[in-house]
Amino acid sequence: MVAASPWLAWTILLAPLAAGVAIWLSYLPPISVGKPRNRLAAVLAIAALLTSFACTVALFVQALGGRLALPQELSVSWINLPGLHITFGILIDQFSLLMALVVTGVGSAIFIYATGYMAEERAFSRFFGVLSLFAFSMLTIVLADNWIQLFIGWELVGFSSYLLIGHWYEKPSAADAGKKAFMVNRVADFGFLLGILALWAISAADPAHRTFNFLALERTLPGLVSAGAVPAALLPMIGLLLFCGPVGKSAQFPLHVWLPDAMEGPTPVSALIHAATMVAAGVYVLCRSFWLFHDLPGVLIVIAWVGGTTAFLAACLALVENDLKRILAYSTLSQLGYMVMALGLGGQVAGMYHLTTHAFFKALLFLGAGSVIHGTHEQDIWKLGGLWHSMRATSATFLVGSLALCGLFPLSGFFSKDEILILAREHNLPLYILGTVTAGMTAFYTARLWFVAFTGKAHGHGHESPPVMTVPLVVLAALSVVAGFIGIPQFLGAHHGELHWDVVLTSSAVVAAGLALAWLVYRKKAVTAQQLVHALALPHSLLMRRYYIDDLYDWFVASVQQQLIARTCEWVEQHIIIELFVNGIAALTRALGGLIRLLQTGRIQTYALAFLVGVVWLLSTALRR
Amino acid sequence: MMLEAVFFYTFTSTMIFAALLVVFSRQPVYSVLSLLVVMFCLSALFIMLGAFFMAALQILLYAGAVLVLFLFVMMLLNLQPEALARMRVFTLRTVGTAGAAVWCALMWKLFVSTHPANPLSQIPPPAGLVEPIGRLLFTRYLLPFELVSFIILAAIIGAVTLGKQERSSK
Amino acid sequence: MITLNHYLLASALLFAIGLMGIMTRRNVIMILLCIEIMFNAANLAFIAYARALGDLGGQIMVFFIIIVAAAEVTVGLAIAILLSRQLKTLNADEISFLKW
Repeated sequence: MVAASPWLAWTILLAPLAAGVAIWLSYLPPISVGKPRNRLAAVLAIAALLTSFACTVALFVQALGGRLALPQELSVSWINLPGLHITFGILIDQFSLLMALVVTGVGSAIFIYATGYMAEERAFSRFFGVLSLFAFSMLTIVLADNWIQLFIGWELVGFSSYLLIGHWYEKPSAADAGKKAFMVNRVADFGFLLGILALWAISAADPAHRTFNFLALERTLPGLVSAGAVPAALLPMIGLLLFCGPVGKSAQFPLHVWLPDAMEGPTPVSALIHAATMVAAGVYVLCRSFWLFHDLPGVLIVIAWVGGTTAFLAACLALVENDLKRILAYSTLSQLGYMVMALGLGGQVAGMYHLTTHAFFKALLFLGAGSVIHGTHEQDIWKLGGLWHSMRATSATFLVGSLALCGLFPLSGFFSKDEILILAREHNLPLYILGTVTAGMTAFYTARLWFVAFTGKAHGHGHESPPVMTVPLVVLAALSVVAGFIGIPQFLGAHHGELHWDVVLTSSAVVAAGLALAWLVYRKKAVTAQQLVHALALPHSLLMRRYYIDDLYDWFVASVQQQLIARTCEWVEQHIIIELFVNGIAALTRALGGLIRLLQTGRIQTYALAFLVGVVWLLSTALRR
Repeated sequence: MMLEAVFFYTFTSTMIFAALLVVFSRQPVYSVLSLLVVMFCLSALFIMLGAFFMAALQILLYAGAVLVLFLFVMMLLNLQPEALARMRVFTLRTVGTAGAAVWCALMWKLFVSTHPANPLSQIPPPAGLVEPIGRLLFTRYLLPFELVSFIILAAIIGAVTLGKQERSSK
Repeated sequence: MITLNHYLLASALLFAIGLMGIMTRRNVIMILLCIEIMFNAANLAFIAYARALGDLGGQIMVFFIIIVAAAEVTVGLAIAILLSRQLKTLNADEISFLKW
């Protein structure tokens, strides 16, 4: 058993940061503008991330061979005050290794794809600079060994996401979408931070020994709780507060509103951030702190139901969407709901497994969509069609991804989704039913997307994308196929259970039904979509307005926040701070000056009186001695 | 002994009364004439204290020259009796009286506490006659004596310059 | 049984009356007159001390005070005449050029 090499570990984290800084520095005069800088930026970013990937693979191979003693920690002391000790370090265990592999591996593929997708872009190097920053922030979250470092990475990814969503900031909708993402996340992060600080406060009886460190907390906190040092009611509250973070970052209901709008960003961004990695950070955090939630059944129920509800509601919304990326966005929301639900049901391994497979096929789907957009400059699926003929490679890989998303045997999505459904069957029957129905809907809308956009008559014309874009598609497709067989659950520590034939058969049947229904409606036109819409008019209108949640938030912001809170604050600022304090001091000074001015009358007799008073005072003081 | 006290109290009370008249008279000429009375009483007090030469000088210079000058100027300017505003009277009289009372208390504290109460009659009077004072003036206090002549000169020049009528062409 | 203190008290009273006069009167010439009262009070104090301490210096001092007072009254009255010519008023309240 060896210790992990610090060189490998720190390179994983710092290589993307170095690339980002170098790209930022390349804006200084010596480097010429335009094409050379673009090329430099792309090379730096891709090289850095591939380096991180290589180091991660090296550590992973070591861990696989059993030569690495997990978990391991390498840390550097950052803040060392009496009572406050914060370190900056790397925690290596199965979860962080797997997550780092996903981030660096899928990230490298997407970076390479992006050089082709963003080739005609003016702000090319800025894009890669922020992407590198994002990679560093995401790895900070993944490799963090304490809550504060995690939170720093958390906020940094939020910031990078804001920059990337609003990459084309000249477009007002893109700028607004970036703002919305950041603000919704901020609301969630408030609760998250409160939870972190509460956890720190109770982490030790002696204030000097309080810690943010994951491993230390896991060791000491259960002892403290059982010894009675911590009030029992506090832990569920902390659990719920900590859950706020994932609710925001992983776009759970009701803070899911930012994810569909985040599709304003370039497609590589949507693939990397809003499908594969950042939104999975919430799930990752829940995994990291699972030891805390393990004994809080109430909180677990809340988490499971939030996840399940998100999965179902998002799948409903995907049924009526017409924009290619929006459908995929709602699909992401739905799958994230699955992952959170898995964690709520106690399945750490199942959640991470689905996270990994989802990263593969969802990134594949988004990159495929990007390829379609690049080739046809169209995003509305009704304006596409017959892409199977004009863009063969994209369509084939997209098909693989779609089938993986539906969860068809033997693709990876089947295995991971079924693990979750098995958990639901064991612990919570209503959620099992909800999950199964959602699986059916997933199949329906995915097939709808495929049939409308890729088959039938072509409305426009598209051309296939260059190899720099199609090769990553093929790689991701291959991963989506084999990821079910490479033993991810075993790596994470789960044991092979027996096969639950009833769950497998039910889910396969439901998926087949969804696919068949979609084929009937959209291919065979046996029942047209119009008739369906008429039949289900009320739910349809509800879905078209996205359950009026966006309207609710708009109303809240406009009426309560702006009218009530903002006006009050403005009133306080105007009348109390400015008029009372600032102007008041000036007025007070003027009044005092006015008073003192009364002494200067210019009349001799007043001055004589002043003399008299002075002399009397002096003499009396002298006499008092 | 008794006589001394009688004289003292008589002259002092007259002096104080006249001084009050100076301050509170409406007519300016009455004020000046009351001041004259003050001067005479002061001279009497000086004589009681043995300063004969000074008493004479007081009458000659102060009463004879300075007050006459005042009278001349008043007649020149044709001063009218002044009427004090109501508020002015009240405020300043209050303040003035208070200030005066405080002043007296202070003086009392200052001087009485530091001096033994020796009757002055027991102390031999200094020679306040012409010859001793003259001798002092021309020996020990020669410099101030000469300098004072400069002050008089300056006063004369000042008075003449200030009193000159301005040429109408300027 | 008249002691030094009696004379000093008389001097103080006279001084205080002069002070009160300065603050009460409005006419500048009356103010000058009250200043004369104060001078005389100081003279009384000097002579009293000259007697009490047996030093003729007090009387010499009074000599000089009388002369200086005479000079000062001369110039002061000249100024008062100028004031009345220029400003047509001798009211101390209206002569307030010593302020901004």
